[in-house]
Amino acid sequence: MTVMLQTRALAKTFTLHLRSGLRMPVLSGVDLDVHAGECVVLSGPSGAGKSTLMRCLYGNYRAEGGRILARHRGEMIDLAAADPRTVLAVRHETLGYVSQFLRVVPRIPAIDIVAEQARTSNARERASEILLKLNIPARLHAIPPATFSGGEQQRINLARGFIAGHPILLLDEPTASLDAENRMVVIDMVRTARANGTAIVAICHDADVRDAIADRLFTMTPHQDAA
Amino acid sequence: MKGYNFAYLDEQTKRMIRRGLLKAVAIPGHQVPFGSREMPLPYGWGTGGIQVTASILGSDDVLKVIDQGADDTTDAVSIRRFFARTAGIRTTTATAEATVIQTRHRIPEKQLREDQIIVYQVPQPEPLSRLEPSRVETKRMHGLADYGLMHVKLYEDISRFGQISISYDYPVMVNERYLTSPSPIPAFDNPKMDMMPALQLFGAGREKRIYAIPPWTRVKSLDFDDHPFRAINASHPCGLCGATDSYLDEVVTDDKGGRLFVCSDTDHCAERRCNGHVGSDALREAAE
Amino acid sequence: MTEPTLLSGRGLGLTFGPITALADENIDLWPGEMLAIVGESGSGKTTLLNVLSGRIAPDRGTVWYRDPADQLHDVHAMPAPALRTLHRSDWGFVHQDPRQNLRMAVSAGGNVGERLMAQGGRHYGDIRAAALDWLAQVEIDALRIDDLPRTFSGGMLQRLQIARTLVTHPRLVFMDEPTGGLDVSVQARLLDLIRSLVSRLRIAVVLVTHDIAVARLLAHRIAVMQRGRIVETGLTDQVLDDPQHPYTQLLVSSVLNA
Repeated sequence: MTVMLQTRALAKTFTLHLRSGLRMPVLSGVDLDVHAGECVVLSGPSGAGKSTLMRCLYGNYRAEGGRILARHRGEMIDLAAADPRTVLAVRHETLGYVSQFLRVVPRIPAIDIVAEQARTSNARERASEILLKLNIPARLHAIPPATFSGGEQQRINLARGFIAGHPILLLDEPTASLDAENRMVVIDMVRTARANGTAIVAICHDADVRDAIADRLFTMTPHQDAA
Repeated sequence: MKGYNFAYLDEQTKRMIRRGLLKAVAIPGHQVPFGSREMPLPYGWGTGGIQVTASILGSDDVLKVIDQGADDTTDAVSIRRFFARTAGIRTTTATAEATVIQTRHRIPEKQLREDQIIVYQVPQPEPLSRLEPSRVETKRMHGLADYGLMHVKLYEDISRFGQISISYDYPVMVNERYLTSPSPIPAFDNPKMDMMPALQLFGAGREKRIYAIPPWTRVKSLDFDDHPFRAINASHPCGLCGATDSYLDEVVTDDKGGRLFVCSDTDHCAERRCNGHVGSDALREAAE
Repeated sequence: MTEPTLLSGRGLGLTFGPITALADENIDLWPGEMLAIVGESGSGKTTLLNVLSGRIAPDRGTVWYRDPADQLHDVHAMPAPALRTLHRSDWGFVHQDPRQNLRMAVSAGGNVGERLMAQGGRHYGDIRAAALDWLAQVEIDALRIDDLPRTFSGGMLQRLQIARTLVTHPRLVFMDEPTGGLDVSVQARLLDLIRSLVSRLRIAVVLVTHDIAVARLLAHRIAVMQRGRIVETGLTDQVLDDPQHPYTQLLVSSVLNA
C-alpha cells in the first residue's frame, strides 16, 4: 500500500529560555511509516513524546531535525522544511488533525464549525448528519459550543476532523471524554475512514478502543526512538 | 480724474493681476492667488471683481455693472460711476452694447458674445469650504482631483430631501478637471456657463483668489445620473414683460400678501417691453 | 515559495532620534493571507504598519507592492496621487479609532458610498444599494442608513468603518488594533465578522495587535516584534504553541487564558 506519511530521523528538543535555556529532548531519530488504509496507534508511557510527535506531524511543533514527509497531490512534501503557506495548503487538503480540546471560535454555531470543513455544496446537511451520528441532538446544532460539555466539545472536534475526508488523519485521544456508546461511534468512523484508504495516526489510552482501531502499534519510550 | 491712474489701480498692480488672470485662463477653474489691494470700499462689496475689471479695462471698453441682475441698485450704480470717473470709459445698461460686464450674483439672460468679458464678484472662491474647513486639505483635494466629499454632500441631500437642495452657488466641474464655485449665482444660471462664447473671470478680493473659464469651455453642474441637474425657477411669467424663461425676482407689493414676479435682469425686461411684450401685471396696471 | 508576494518590505529601517523603531526588517505578505504583527507597546509594530502602508517613510529600505496587473511598485517612490488612489481602491486601512476614518457629520450610507463616489460612481440608486448591501454584511440595521455615526455605538462605528473600507473590494487591508477598546462581546462579534469577510473575499490583511488571542483566531502567519526587530515569524499556531525565541516564549507564557 502507498506510504502516505513518513518520518526520517525526526528529532525534537524544547529549549526553555525562561528557565535559563534548559534543554528538554523529547524525540530523536524517530522513523515512522504510515500507509493508506492503515491505522497506527502511538503507544508508550506518559512523557514518551506521543503528543509531541503528533504535533510535529501536523506542523504545530517545529522539528529540530529530520524529515516529515506527507503525500500531498501525489508528491511527498517535507513538512519540516516547508514554508508556512505550503503547510497550510497540506493541512487544508491532505492532513487533518483532531485535537483533544476544541478551541472555541466565538459566536459560530456548532453546525457551521463543522460545515466549514466540509467544502462541498451540501456541507450543512453532511455536518448535521455527522453531528447526529455522534449523538449531538439537532437542537444543539445552532448553538455555539462554548457552553457544551467536554464530551460534546470533543464530538464537535471529531465531526470537524472527519467530515473533511482528508487522506491523512491525526487523532489525539479521540475517545477521551466519551461514553461507551459514543466510543463505538468513533470506532466505527475510524474503521470507515480506514476502509476508504485514509492513513490514520492515533494516540489512544483506552485499551479497548486501541485494540479496535489499531492495525499496529508504534511504541515510544521517553527520549528515545521506537521499535 | 486727478491723482488717480487709469481705472484707479497702478500699472504694476494691473500687470500682477493680469499675470494671475493668464495663469487662471491657462488652468480653467483653478484658483490662483493674487495680491489683493486696498480698495476704496470694504471687503464684501465687490473688491475682487473691481480689481479684475480695473486690470482689463481699456479706453475703448464699454462697461455694464449689474447687481442681482439690476443696473439700478445702489452698488451697481456706485461701481459703474467709480469706473466712469477713474477710467473715463463709456458705461451702459444694455447687455448687447457692453464689452465688459461686471456682475454680482447673476448672469444676464441675453447670450454673451466672443468679444465680451464677464467679471464675477466672488465672496468665497473655495467650493469645498463648507464641507472641509482646512485650506491645506482642500488644496490637496483640488491637486489630486479628489472630490468625493462634494458628491457625498449631494448624496446626503438626496437621501434627506429627495433632491439636491443647492439653489445658488451650485458647484460645477470646469473642463472636466476642477471643481469650481460659480459664485452665488442661482443654479438656474449654471447652464449659461457651459460653452459660453465670452471669457468668464472671477475675482475674490477678501480671499485673494482669481479664477477663470476660457470661452467655449465645458462647465458641468455636479449631479447623479439618476438625479440630473435641473435649473429651478419660479413657475410664473414676468409680471411686466411676460417672459417665461428668465430668472424672476419676487417683489412684495403690499402688506396684504400681494406679490409681483419680475425679471431679475432689468435690461432684458426693458428690452422685451420695448419690443412690445407685456406681462399680465403691467396690463392690469395700465387698465387701472 | 514560488508564488509571488503581494507586499514585501526589504531592509526597513527607521529611527526617531535615539530610538530604533525599525531595525532593517524584512517582511512578506502573500495574496489572501492574514499576517498578524504582535508585540508590546514600543515594539515598532504600528510603525511597521505605517511604513508598509506608505503613511510614514522609512529611513532605509523599500516596500514593494504588486498590483493586479502584476506590476511592482515602490510604495514610497510612488507619486502622491497614485498612492492616494491606491488607498482609495485596492488598499484599505482600518484604524483602531473608527472616528479617524469616518465622517461623523455624514450619514452611514454616505460614509459607505464615499469611496464609490470618489472612484467615479455617479448613480445614486446604485450607490445606495451598495451601501445597504454592505451595512447588511457588517450587521448594521438597514434602517440606520441615513443616521449619523454620532448615534452609533463603538462596535457599530467599527463595523461601519469596515464597511466603508471594504466597499471597493480592496485586495489588501491594513488593520491597526481593530478591536482595541471594545467590550469583549462586541470584540467577539467583530472578530467573527472580520474572519468571515476576509476569508470569503480573499483579502490579504496585515493586522497589528497586542492581543495574542486575536492573532491566533484570525491570522495564518504571525510576526513577533520586540524593540523594532521581528524576532520570530511563522505559522500562527506553531509560533504560539512552540515558540522558539526567548521573547516569544515570554510573551506566550504571559498571556492569561480565559
